Amino acid sequence: MKPESVLTEKPPSIDCIRRQVADGTKTAQAFAEETYARIGAVDSRIHAYLALSRERALQQAKKMDAMAKSGQTLPPLAGVPVGIKDVLNMQGAPATAGSKILAGYHPPYDATAVQRLEAAGAILLGKLNCDEFAMGSSNENSAYGPVRNPHALDRVPGGSSGGSAAAVAAGMAVGTLGTDTGGSIRQPASFCGVVGVLPTYGRVSRFGLIAFASSLDRIGPFANTVLDCATMLGVIAGHDDMDATSSALPVPDYAAEMAKPVEGLRIGVPTEYFADGLDPEVRAAIEGGIEKLRGEGCTIHPISLPHTRYAIPTYYVLATAEASANLARFDGVRYGYRAEDANTLSAMYRRSRDGGFGAEVKRRILLGTYALSAGYYDAYYRKAQQVRRLLTQDFLNAFEQVDAIVTPTAPTPAFKLGEKTDDPVAMYLADIYTVTASLAGICGISVPCGHSSEGLPIGMQILGKHFNEGTVFRVAQGVEQQGVMPVS
Amino acid sequence: MAATTSITPEILAKYEPVIGLEVHVQLLTETKAFCGCSSKYGAEPNTHICPNCLGLPGSLPVLNYRAVEFAVLASMAIHCEVRERSIFARKNYFYPDLPKGYQISQYDKPLGEHGWIDIPTPAGSKRIGITRLHMEEDAGKSIHDGFPDSATRTYVDLNRCGTPLIEIVSEPDMRTPDEAYEYLTRLKEILLYTGVSDCNMEEGSLRCDANVSVRPRGQEEFGTKAEVKNVNSFRFVRAALEYEIERQVEVIETGGRVVQESRTWNSQEGRTYSMRSKEQAHDYRYFPEPDLPPLIVSAEWKAEIAKSMPELPEARRARMIAEYDLTEQDAQTLTATREFADTFEASAKKAKSAKRLTNLYLSELTGRLKAAGLELAQSPVTMDGLVVASDLAEKGDLSSRQLKQIFDIAFEKNEDFPVVYEREKPQQISDPAELESMIDQIIAGNPKQVEQYRAGKKTVAAFFVGQVMRLSKGQANPALLNELVTKKLDA
Repeated sequence: MKPESVLTEKPPSIDCIRRQVADGTKTAQAFAEETYARIGAVDSRIHAYLALSRERALQQAKKMDAMAKSGQTLPPLAGVPVGIKDVLNMQGAPATAGSKILAGYHPPYDATAVQRLEAAGAILLGKLNCDEFAMGSSNENSAYGPVRNPHALDRVPGGSSGGSAAAVAAGMAVGTLGTDTGGSIRQPASFCGVVGVLPTYGRVSRFGLIAFASSLDRIGPFANTVLDCATMLGVIAGHDDMDATSSALPVPDYAAEMAKPVEGLRIGVPTEYFADGLDPEVRAAIEGGIEKLRGEGCTIHPISLPHTRYAIPTYYVLATAEASANLARFDGVRYGYRAEDANTLSAMYRRSRDGGFGAEVKRRILLGTYALSAGYYDAYYRKAQQVRRLLTQDFLNAFEQVDAIVTPTAPTPAFKLGEKTDDPVAMYLADIYTVTASLAGICGISVPCGHSSEGLPIGMQILGKHFNEGTVFRVAQGVEQQGVMPVS
Repeated sequence: MAATTSITPEILAKYEPVIGLEVHVQLLTETKAFCGCSSKYGAEPNTHICPNCLGLPGSLPVLNYRAVEFAVLASMAIHCEVRERSIFARKNYFYPDLPKGYQISQYDKPLGEHGWIDIPTPAGSKRIGITRLHMEEDAGKSIHDGFPDSATRTYVDLNRCGTPLIEIVSEPDMRTPDEAYEYLTRLKEILLYTGVSDCNMEEGSLRCDANVSVRPRGQEEFGTKAEVKNVNSFRFVRAALEYEIERQVEVIETGGRVVQESRTWNSQEGRTYSMRSKEQAHDYRYFPEPDLPPLIVSAEWKAEIAKSMPELPEARRARMIAEYDLTEQDAQTLTATREFADTFEASAKKAKSAKRLTNLYLSELTGRLKAAGLELAQSPVTMDGLVVASDLAEKGDLSSRQLKQIFDIAFEKNEDFPVVYEREKPQQISDPAELESMIDQIIAGNPKQVEQYRAGKKTVAAFFVGQVMRLSKGQANPALLNELVTKKLDA
């Protein structure tokens, strides 16, 4: 028996919405209301949304309709209903980061990416469920309950941006923002059969993103198509004075990049990503995708990324070390959860953090604290930094020979809820193909590339060199044109 | 007023103290180190704050480049090499006035390194090494007293949170509390000259921690050090070190071992206390701050910053000693602050004789100001007034007694020198006949001195000048009087 699924009819594209709002065929308010109705109808089964920001959304929709009515040129995302991962600040809605420790916390300012989406006409529907502080690969670490995969409700949507991926797949948003620290956009995109983009580190301002691991955290879009993702990235990308690590490089016209043919591009296939542990159906789907690219005139080149096997331990040392400092501010002093029964400062800290953080977050804070401790720093943190440079160099070397690299996004299709919750290492290995690009700071995407025999989506990861999102989009579109659309 | 121990000076003399100092200095930027909030002191609590100061989720630090310029200027002023690439780091610890749970500082790659300053000691000038100068942000303030419920609550003011600081760490090169005092005095003077800080200890813009250990004289190896934290005046640093040295010697002499620990100075009791477990054994888990790229100070930027470097106190003293024929001590007085030295030199350029102006300032003005408890800015006699006095004296139009009288009146009536002079313009006796008759009178009354003079002791002439001056009630024209006395005696 096929498991229950909650999927949408072929959803409208961003450009289609904008044109309809502009010519009055359908109002932005109608798009907003329709999406809220869809959320009302199906989200009790998916649990993608943690909070809705109806007031702000409808005000923005009215504004877009008024602009259309007065004949003004509409901004690129006019009327497009979008959802925001709950680790991003958005005024008028709580920001819990999926954690009990931030229950009831309302941020006083918008994240830059959120503010830019709205400035571009998008309608901000609400906040999306995720693993607590973006730590997880299944969305089962949310303090507010798991998200279910719209393709099979007994399966996880992936994580940590599970809500962002599931909302798009189930038609509860046309686009969403997620964040990716070790694979948290690409892996859920793969599991949910949608497109998810990992922009180059520095391409999108992190201002207003509740930090997990600052040197790895990125904000990126989810959507049904590569073009919609490219449009959203074009809006949120670019330098921000509020983020010292954001790049000053100009943002290219991604649509123009994508208009170039995929023919002639050199595609690298790293042998290390097709080794043991790769599900045969995933392998077959990705190989099919590669053949499609060859058919469209790409050249295929086997390459080697020799330090790949060190990526998971390197990632878990660095990400947890940074997390141990980033999460120190949740101390019960100024905001968020505070244990009421403590009589000393130290007891207040201990009990607030013990009661406020979930098990996985505590595990990572402890790992990171250990890795930075006197006497261990050189063996763990410093060594991991050195390996990170080697991993980056692997990619830089590869990009001397190829324009893009294709791999599976995840070793398996979506697994079942509860399947890996008792085995953290098995859970960590779900990120085995994604953490390398995170550590190297390069850009990537996960694009749907077939299904398993059970009808579960399989995603292909395409990686490009720093600030070369345009090429990644071109290749992704080549794969996408196979006609792989979400099943209905 | 350090509390005394049972240690005799003889025993104390067997040990050599080793002292190193850590000085935190608040930079005089308009805004904080990593956000746009005002860093002005004294505002209502928690009014100069933003998401960044509060450590709200999602906030990010953005470096204030003015703070970097100040830190670079300070580095250069104390002869540090300025790193082209320095790294910010997170120093992790929990405290309610540290909202992020870490302080942004610099660790293994500080902005400035390998510097030095010279200090005067009884044995001559001594060079004290400076290990490093690094940038960091200040924490907020925990207020434990002063509220009705202070017994059960601590209040937190985050206005200071994120204020830019530099920390200057010396080498363990000082050997006496006096050297430590001199080091602090010189360091403060240099920093004041650069203008990067007001070094106001009451407002906490200069704070000092002292590391001190003792070792038997002749021993190479350092003893175990104690750190005396947050002493709020240079005199107290000296007193705390004196106490701490005696305490450590006593511990060793009575068969104990000095424990490495932080200690706090109690100025009322004149002794230090162990801070016990509270501040001990911190593992700050430093690691590079991922929110800030490496700080790059290019050669061009450094050169640009160097242009704003003023003449520093030591160089200025050397020049002024040569230029105005000063003693070291006088030069010290005149260069106490850059502002005064500037004012003084501007006046010295106006006066006919810089040397005379200097002497007048030191002999007539400083003493009176001190007695009246006034700053120069509050002085009835302005520097311009002093120039007038100096020029009159230089021309010989005023005797020193007349000068003194005018100064006295000026201070008494709170009027400037020229005002008093114009009103009370002393009747000067410039009639040679009148003066000669007075000289004759004195010569006649002091045959013994006349004999001495004529026997070759020419200095006796000053005696006759003085006597005539007294006889004339200070009104004799001094230049003319000198001339006539010599002429009469030589006749």
